Amino acid sequence: MKRIITMTVNNRPGVLNRITGLFTKRHYNIESITVGHTETEGVSRMTFVINVEDERTAEQITKQLNKQIDVLKVTDITDQAIVARELALIKVAVNPNLRNEVYTLIEPFRASIVDVSRESLVVQVTGESDKVEALIDLLRPYGIKEIARTGTTAFTRGSQKSAASNKTAFII
Amino acid sequence: MTTNMKVEEKRLQKTKISGASMLIEALKAEKVEVIFGYPGGAVLPIYDKLYDSGVFHVLTRHEQGAIHAAEGYARIAGKPGVVIATSGPGATNIVTGLTDAMIDSIPLVVFTGQVASHVIGSDAFQEADVVGITMPITKHNYQVRDINELPKIIKEAFHIATTGRPGPVLIDIPKDITVCEAEFDYEQEVKLPGYQPTIRPNHLQIRKLVEAVSQAKKPVILAGAGVLHANAADELKQYAEQQHIPVIHTLLGLGGFPADHPLFLGMAGMHGTYTANMALYECDLLINIGARFDDRVTGNLKYFAPKATVAHIDIDPAEIGKNVPTQIPVVGDAKEALKELIHQEGRPGDTAAWHEQLKKWKQEYPLVYKNDTSTIKPQKLIELLYELTGGEAIVTTDVGQHQMWAAQYYKFTKPHRWVTSGGLGTMGFGLPAAIGAQLAEPKATVVSIVGDAGFQMTLQELSVIHELNLPIKVVIVNNQSLGMVRQWQELFYEKRYSHSLIPNQPDFIKLAEAYNIKGFRAKNEEEAVRVLKEAFSTNEPVLLDFHVTADENVYPMVAPGKGLHEMVGVKL
Ligand SMILES: Cc1ncc(C[n+]2csc(CCOP(=O)(O)OP(=O)(O)O)c2C)c(N)n1
Repeated sequence: MKRIITMTVNNRPGVLNRITGLFTKRHYNIESITVGHTETEGVSRMTFVINVEDERTAEQITKQLNKQIDVLKVTDITDQAIVARELALIKVAVNPNLRNEVYTLIEPFRASIVDVSRESLVVQVTGESDKVEALIDLLRPYGIKEIARTGTTAFTRGSQKSAASNKTAFII
Repeated sequence: MTTNMKVEEKRLQKTKISGASMLIEALKAEKVEVIFGYPGGAVLPIYDKLYDSGVFHVLTRHEQGAIHAAEGYARIAGKPGVVIATSGPGATNIVTGLTDAMIDSIPLVVFTGQVASHVIGSDAFQEADVVGITMPITKHNYQVRDINELPKIIKEAFHIATTGRPGPVLIDIPKDITVCEAEFDYEQEVKLPGYQPTIRPNHLQIRKLVEAVSQAKKPVILAGAGVLHANAADELKQYAEQQHIPVIHTLLGLGGFPADHPLFLGMAGMHGTYTANMALYECDLLINIGARFDDRVTGNLKYFAPKATVAHIDIDPAEIGKNVPTQIPVVGDAKEALKELIHQEGRPGDTAAWHEQLKKWKQEYPLVYKNDTSTIKPQKLIELLYELTGGEAIVTTDVGQHQMWAAQYYKFTKPHRWVTSGGLGTMGFGLPAAIGAQLAEPKATVVSIVGDAGFQMTLQELSVIHELNLPIKVVIVNNQSLGMVRQWQELFYEKRYSHSLIPNQPDFIKLAEAYNIKGFRAKNEEEAVRVLKEAFSTNEPVLLDFHVTADENVYPMVAPGKGLHEMVGVKL
C-alpha cells in the first residue's frame, strides 16, 4: 500500500542522508521524496511517498524516523484530508500538424505548454499523482521523449472535519 | 561608560581557548573519570592538551580495544564511556564497537579526529567519511564545522548518549577546529525539540496492564537490559513478588532479577532453559520489560507466545510492536513504569496451577551436562568459577559457546555484574570489556571468560592489563576450535568442519609471560580446581588456559527457524 509521510526536520548537513540511509537499512521502498524550506528558518519539510506491505510497517517507519534527533515531527497523512501536488514536465514528440490536437487534449488538465520546438513540445502539469499519470497515459501515443517529475509534496488541509468527503481523489 | 559597553568588554575579556582545550574542559565538566584512546595525526592537538590535563587516559593497543573497554566501563559504572580515535584508520577501527554499543544500547561519547576543514572532500591523507560511515551505527553523530558550536555539541552528545534509550554518539572534529580558539561556554541548556524521550508511562496503559494481570492465569515477565539501564532491579523484584509473577531474563538482562529467587525461570531463547522457553510458549500474559524481542530470544515468531496477550514496557516506542504484535504498549522508563505498577497494588490473578506447572518443569528439566573429571567440562568450569567467586564477580565474556555456558551456569544474583556482547555477538569484546569494567570498579573481582579464538582478536590488550596491574582473571575456555561454529557444523552441516578447528593454538602461557602476566594451564578437573584457587588468591592479573572437552555442545538448543517449544538436548 502507498503511504504519504510528511515531516519537518532541522536543516542540517547530512539530514537527507540520515533519512534515506534509514530507509535503505530497513528495506523500505521510497517512491518519491521532496525536500524544501518551510516558513521557519532552519526547518525543512520532507514528503515521502512509500510503498509498504502493511500498516505495521508504516507505523515502524514513522517510529524509526521519529527517533532521529534532527527529525522534529513525523506524520503519516495518508488517511487525512490533504493537499497533495506534484509537478511533471513531459517532452512529447509532436510535429506542428498535431500541436493543436495536443493543446485541446491537455486543456482539461490545466496543463500548459512551456517549450515548443519543431519536433517536440514540453507540457507542464501540476496535480495529484493520479492526474499526472492520466495525462502521461494520454500523451504516450504521441511519443514521449522525456519525463521529469518532482514527486509528491503534501500537507494536511486546514479543515479536517469531514475528512472522507474532503479528500476528492482527482481534482482537475 | 554605558552598561552596554561594559557587557561587551566583559565578553571580550573572557578568555578564548582552543578546541582541544574545550574538549578537555568539557570532559572535566562532565566528570569523566577515564577515557580510552589512541593518538594519531588528526588528534595530536588534543593529545597535546591531554598531556598535562590530569585527565586519566588509557592507551589501549588497538582502537577496537578502546571502544570495547569503554563499553565495559559504561555497563559497570552506569556512566558514558569516552573514546578518542584519530581520523581515517583510527576511526574505522571503532566501527565494530559503535555497532555493538548501538545494538546493545550502551552510552558512549566518541571523539574522532578528522582532516582539516579545508581539505575535507579531497581524499586527503587519512581522510574517511566517518560521519557517513557511522550514521546508521550511532544514536546521533556530528561533524564540527564551527569552533563556537563545539561546547554545545559536546554537551548535547553527553545528553543524547545517556538519556532515553542509551547509545553511542560520535563527534568528528576536523584538526583545524582543535587548534583555533573561541570562548568556552558550557553552562548552556540543551535544547533539542526533536528529542524528547517519554519517561513517565501513560496511566491508561498501566491500568490496562493491571487489569490484564488480575485476569491472567499464566502470566510471565520477560526482563531485558532495559531494567538494568533504568536501575530498576529492586522495583522488578518488588513487583514480581507483589503480583507473584515468574521472571525470565534475556541474555543481556541477566542479573536484573536474582537467579536464586524462586520466581526466576532462567534465560530465554536459543540456549535458554526448558522452563523459561515453555513458559513463553504457554503463557497467557507476557509482560516484556525493556527487551526488544530479538530473534535469538523469540525463535520462530509464528510459535512465539501464541496464546498470550502481550504487554511491552519500553523507553523506545519503535521497539513496541516491531517484532511481536502488542496489545498493551507502555512507553516509558522501566523504573517509572514498575513503580507505577507497584503503586497500583493490583489484584494478582489465579495463578496457583501455573506455578505448580512451572515448578514441575524446573524439577524435571534443569540444565544438565555429564561431568567427567578426567577432562574439564566447560559447564563445570563455570560452576567452579561461580563457587570460587561466591557469585559476586563481574563477569565479561567473548562470543561463542563459552558465553552461553557462562550465561547458563553463572547465577547472577545482582545487577551490573554481567558484561557481554548480545545483539552484535562481537568476538574480541570480552578482554577489553574487562579492562573497562575493572576500571569502573577497581575493588571488584573481574573475570573475563573468553574462547581460544575470540581471545586472539583483541589479546594485545594484555599489555594494558599488565601496565595498569588490573587484577583481571582471564579464563580461556580452550576447545581448540571456533566452538560455536563447530557446533553448528556438527548439527546442521553433517560434521563438515570447514575452517573451525584450530588444533595448533599458540602456547597461551608463554604468551602471557611475554606480556609479563602469570599464566596457568589445566587439563583436568583437579588441576582446574588447583589453578583457580591459586589465581584467585592473588591480587594480580592471571591468565588461565583451560583445555576443556573439545566437542562439547551447548544445550538445550532451539534450532534456527524452530519455535521455543521445539528445544533439543533438554535431557541427557
Ligand atoms: C568478529 C566475529 N567474527 C565471527 C563471528 C562468528 N562466530 C560466532 S561464535 C564463533 C566461534 C568462537 O570461537 P571461540 O572464541 O573459540 O569460542 P567458543 O565458541 O569455542 O567458546 C564465531 C567464529 C563472530 N561472532 N564475531
